[in-house]
Amino acid sequence: MLKTFSIGGIHPEENKLSAGNAIKEFHLPEDIKEVKIPVAQHIGAPAQPVVAVGDDVKVGQLLAQAGGFVSANIHSPFSGKVKKIEATTGDDGKPAMMITIAVEGDEWLETIDRSAGIKRDITLSAEEIVKKIGEMGIVGMGGARFPAQVKLAVKPGQAQALIINGVECEPYLTADHRLMLEKSEEILIGVKILMKAIGVSDAYIGIENNKKDAIDLLSKIAASYPGIHVQPLKMKYPQGGEKQLIDACIGRQVASGALPISVGAVVQNVGTAYAVYEAVQKNKPLIERVVCVTGKPLQNPSNFWARIGTPVKALIEAAGGVPEDCEKIIGGGPMMGRAFATIDVPIHKGSSGILLMNKKESKRGEIANCIRCAKCVSVCPMGLEPFLLSKVSAKSLWDMAEENHIADCIECGSCSFTCPSNRPLLDYVRLGKAKVMGIMRARAAAAKAAAEAAKAAEAPKA
Amino acid sequence: MEAVLITIAVLAVLGCVAAVILYFVSQKFKVYEDPKIGEVEEVLPGANCGGCGYAGCHAMAEALAKADDLSGLVCPVGGAPVMSQIAAILGKTVAESAPKLAVVRCGGCLDKRPKTLNYDGAKSCAIASTHFAGDTACSYGCLGLGDCVSVCQFDAIKVNPVTGIAEVDEAKCVACGACAKACPKQIIEIRYKGRVVKDQARRVWVSCVNKDKGAVAMKACKASCIGCGKCAKVCKFDAITIENNVAHIDNEKCKACGMCINECPKQAIAATFTPPAKPAPAEQKPAPAAPADAQAVQQ
Repeated sequence: MLKTFSIGGIHPEENKLSAGNAIKEFHLPEDIKEVKIPVAQHIGAPAQPVVAVGDDVKVGQLLAQAGGFVSANIHSPFSGKVKKIEATTGDDGKPAMMITIAVEGDEWLETIDRSAGIKRDITLSAEEIVKKIGEMGIVGMGGARFPAQVKLAVKPGQAQALIINGVECEPYLTADHRLMLEKSEEILIGVKILMKAIGVSDAYIGIENNKKDAIDLLSKIAASYPGIHVQPLKMKYPQGGEKQLIDACIGRQVASGALPISVGAVVQNVGTAYAVYEAVQKNKPLIERVVCVTGKPLQNPSNFWARIGTPVKALIEAAGGVPEDCEKIIGGGPMMGRAFATIDVPIHKGSSGILLMNKKESKRGEIANCIRCAKCVSVCPMGLEPFLLSKVSAKSLWDMAEENHIADCIECGSCSFTCPSNRPLLDYVRLGKAKVMGIMRARAAAAKAAAEAAKAAEAPKA
Repeated sequence: MEAVLITIAVLAVLGCVAAVILYFVSQKFKVYEDPKIGEVEEVLPGANCGGCGYAGCHAMAEALAKADDLSGLVCPVGGAPVMSQIAAILGKTVAESAPKLAVVRCGGCLDKRPKTLNYDGAKSCAIASTHFAGDTACSYGCLGLGDCVSVCQFDAIKVNPVTGIAEVDEAKCVACGACAKACPKQIIEIRYKGRVVKDQARRVWVSCVNKDKGAVAMKACKASCIGCGKCAKVCKFDAITIENNVAHIDNEKCKACGMCINECPKQAIAATFTPPAKPAPAEQKPAPAAPADAQAVQQ
């Protein structure tokens, strides 16, 4: 009996169309002379540009510096001249700050080791590794884009296990799968580096059972890496969720509102492990990633090694172009991804996939009344009641939403997927979650300010 | 028979004792409420819309009874008649306030701002605006999914299916501001109804909030304000300011003369009346007729 997480979950159709296609190096077509690099490619504060218009940049050069504790550096994926630094249309059609680079040649920084060989010896100390990862702008590559160095900054003894997410539970996407097959040893070295950084002796690589080839290959190589265990998992969405994966791999459940470190676990994606290997061993910043361009209407579903900033349109062209019956283009997977408002946008550090959908697939069903079947309750991996939460959100009852733990929602979309009445449950829950989180943050800030004021009032007396 | 009499007697005694206790308790824990609060609440419309800024009509009545003078306290639903009744009850004078209403600051009808995307998510502007900037090229304009319609308690705002934009019914709107709060794009503004000329309230407003630079805004919508500043130049009352590439007409300063309306190259300034004709550029500028009478009265 294979392991999996204990509450809820769904089984969407797999549709891993591009699983058998090796990753192809993507070269920017000749006719593209300019690329745009967003400064907000991660969760947290946007990075602050450190280059000026007119500057020459090389591949790997720092473009923008982390703008806060939860933030990440942005490096240039191309060489050329900085042309503009201004807000242009982002993925959702809203303005987003981007650095435009006029591409000239392909000149790399000399500090980056571009040799083909695998470097196995880890020479840096734990602190140096975390610092390096921060410098190189590594973020969670699974799609959430949480700055990696923040999660790795744990107190000694706090972490007991490292969990590596090789689940790729989103239908269609094959980026992590191909990476595990083609860069297996590098990933394992990356895992070793991460283990050293947080001071643990055990790491579990969770891989769903539909990727048997990856499980076999990694298990074989992991035999010579003591402490790294490959954990085959039963297929179930959303197993790639941090809390779900911890439950599935080591059987510990993270309490409501708590972080994974509270049960001694740190979770990172396989893509992140590979990026960490390149950053620490090869001194290479995060400037490229695997992007899976897929979808039923697409001619050649493919996996590409693409530099950050490559236009989405160019990648789709390389996979056969936008077909006529394409109705929706999504950044990410079908469950958690978001539709592009325009495809004249660049890919970013979290672009695991570009998914094209035809009319039949993308159309939402007619919304009917809730029949109280409680399917949404039984599939919710966080044990919430989506029918209730969506209703209280629609009625702006934020107190009630908070009492019912709306902030625990991981926005996986299982509820909307399973609803027989096609109700837009997640849409409302997401709205309510954002409101409630805002209220909670404001309250925390007010409490902090009050505590500080009390402290300041007390100080002169003492 | 005897048992019945004893029961009645016991109950009677118990009743009397309880009545005495209750009397003293009610005296001891009596909460005094100004009887005027109740009277004022009776007069208030009871819509509990929150347009006055208080949680409901009772809270408003309390505030009115407590206040030394009634300036700043206006029931937008009842308006002047209700406020004068309240003033009579409380024996205070009521501050004169000009009637207001909600104004939708978007003029991008479907023919001026065609749809570029299909949105089939939940029918809510708040949700749609978390997903993307809008289903047209303009990321500031009305989404037309009707969050304002669902919060309006007076049936005063509707999304016109032809234009795809929310429209306010002047006769029904009470300026409670619920729609302005609900609009995630913040395009609804509460403005004066305007001075009445020949049974028609005259008001002028910039019907656009697009903050993009002129060239970008122009591409997005044929009726967008491009921040050219022509209206600000022509305004005799310094009522128009350009900020973030969009014009705004100061509600207090505007005399609704209408000079700016024809000046706008994009027809982004809307009004409830036909503006005076734009003077031909070659001719010597005739003294505009409108400002003269505009100065005389406001609202």
